This record gives sequence, C-alpha cells and structure tokens, in this order.
Amino acid sequence: MHIMEGFLPVEHAIGWTLASASFVAWGLHAIKKRIDEQPEQRMLLGVAAAFSFVLSALKLPSVTGSCSHPTGTGLGALLFGPVAMAPIGAVVLLFQALLLAHGGLTTLGANLFSMAIVGPFVAAGIFRLARGLKRSFALSVFLATSLADLMTYVTTSAQLAWAFPDPLGGFSASFAKFATIFAITQIPLAISEGLLTVVIFNALARFNPQELRDMKLLPANEVRA
Amino acid sequence: MKRHQNLLLLIAVVLLAVLPLWLVQKPAADADGKPAEIFAGADNKARDLIGVIAPDYRPWFEPLLEPASGEISSLLFALQAALGAGFIGYYLGAAVTREKIQREMAKQMAEQQEKPTRAD
Repeated sequence: MHIMEGFLPVEHAIGWTLASASFVAWGLHAIKKRIDEQPEQRMLLGVAAAFSFVLSALKLPSVTGSCSHPTGTGLGALLFGPVAMAPIGAVVLLFQALLLAHGGLTTLGANLFSMAIVGPFVAAGIFRLARGLKRSFALSVFLATSLADLMTYVTTSAQLAWAFPDPLGGFSASFAKFATIFAITQIPLAISEGLLTVVIFNALARFNPQELRDMKLLPANEVRA
Repeated sequence: MKRHQNLLLLIAVVLLAVLPLWLVQKPAADADGKPAEIFAGADNKARDLIGVIAPDYRPWFEPLLEPASGEISSLLFALQAALGAGFIGYYLGAAVTREKIQREMAKQMAEQQEKPTRAD
C-alpha cells in the first residue's frame, strides 16, 4: 500500500497530508488522555505499535505472484480506538520512508490515510457490528482486522485511481487496475493478518484479562476469547 | 483447546504464505528474452502501472536516503520486525511471570489462612 515517493501529484500530496495531519493531532490528544488516565496501559500501547512494526515488515508472497505486507493496525484500533493508530502508523511509515525508501515523505499523508486511518476505523466499526450481532470475540477480531487490512489496500487503489484516472475509462477503469494489483494480492494476506491478530488477542486475554475488561473489550464473565 | 487454536491459526498463516510459492507458475520470459519477475512487490507493480496510465508523469521528489543494496534493505526490514517482535516477546514474558507470581501468592495466602484452623 506504499505509494512511492513523488508518485502523487503535488495537490494530492498536500491534500492527503493535511487530512492525515489532523487525525494524527487528534490521535496524539486521545493517546495522551488515555495514558494520563491509565498509565499502566503504556506498555500495551507499545505492544500495539510493535505489532504494526512487525506485520508491516513482513512482505509475504500472494497467489497473484506478487508480494505485499499486512498492516497490523487493527490490533491497536481495537485496544485504543481508531484515532490512536494515526500517530502510531506515522512512526511506522516514517521509519520506512526515511530509512528504507519504502513509501515517502510526499506520499506519507496518503499512505497514513489508508493504513492508519481508514484501516483502524474499519476495524473498530466491523468489531462493534460483529459484537452487536453476538458473534464470538475471536470471530469479531478476525473479521474486523482482516477487513481493515483489505480496506487499506482498496483505499490505496482509490487514491491512485483518483490521481491517475484512466485516459479512456476514467476513475473506475483505473481503480479496477490498481485494485487488481493491490486488493486481490491482499486477500490471503488480510486473512493472515486477521488470524495473527486473533493469536495475539488470545495471548492478551489469557495473561492480561483484567486490562481487556478495563477496555470493555471483554465482558466481565468472558475471560477467554 | 486454546493452545490448539493458536497453533492451528499459526499453521494456517504459514500455509497462506507458503502455498503461493508452490501454486504460482513462473511466467514465461517476455519478448526480449528477459526472464519475467515473480513475487515482486505490489508497490513496484503499481508504480509501473502509473507509467502505463500516465506515461508523461514524472515523480517530483526523490527518497532522501535509499538503502545501498537489496541486502541493506532486508537488513532494515529485519531490524524493524525484530524490534517489534522483541517488544511483544518482552511484554508477554512479563505478563506470564506476573500471572505465575500472582497465582503462587494466592496459594500461599490460602495456605496461611488454613494453618490456624488446623492448629485448633
């Protein structure tokens, strides 16, 4: 989902940067409030960031014959709320943009928007919906985080299609082409991300059930996911 | 059962990553006889597609720092994954130990409470 450095027209780059910057500011405020209220959750915030670090470094092969990577932003979105992931995603993407020439500074805003804003909000929304429909905790986590991963790549496809509409077919033709590269490749990876997030939630529910209950992720009587 | 579930989930993740390597056929060499690439990054494919849709587009900014080679780049990606995995391992390890200590303390408390009744 990394749009490469310089590969978005200037006005798109500025627009996405402004849009994402406001979410990062909102997210920093939300994190600060959360940590002031519950300082013991600081380590868990680190886990959310670390999970995104690991997963976004794993470039996995997919059935389309190309490689892509999960995003790992769903875990933190469920633990700390979707806006908290904007600053965390910014750290991950800055690391990759500055040291790895993976993504870039001019495309940071657009990449942040897909990975650290759209993805987390999808995760939180699907999770709430699935829990509301009385699905099990594990299934809800799986659906939320795998669809968040997939929607991140759908967003990237839309961003590129908007910036580079097809000369004949316009936005939709261009979107179909980019989505073939990004979204189809991502399907097995999104499943992997969902499964891995369930694994880490199982571990958290086993050893830190009180924290999850404090976050209202687990009802008081449901200790295990 | 839980332990089983995690194991099965991890096996599924490994299968999802390994099966494509085995299922996807290497595409035939292109017209120039250059061997076709397989399992290239989707990001690069998107960049190539931009070149097809908008052949006149020129990127207007260059990365400030590029990894000197593919090896350096995989070093940095490995570092990124190791930092994250190390922290998660530390956190879970600490959580396991904390739970163990809590359980032992609860056991000791229970034993101490039992003693006086036995002495009676």
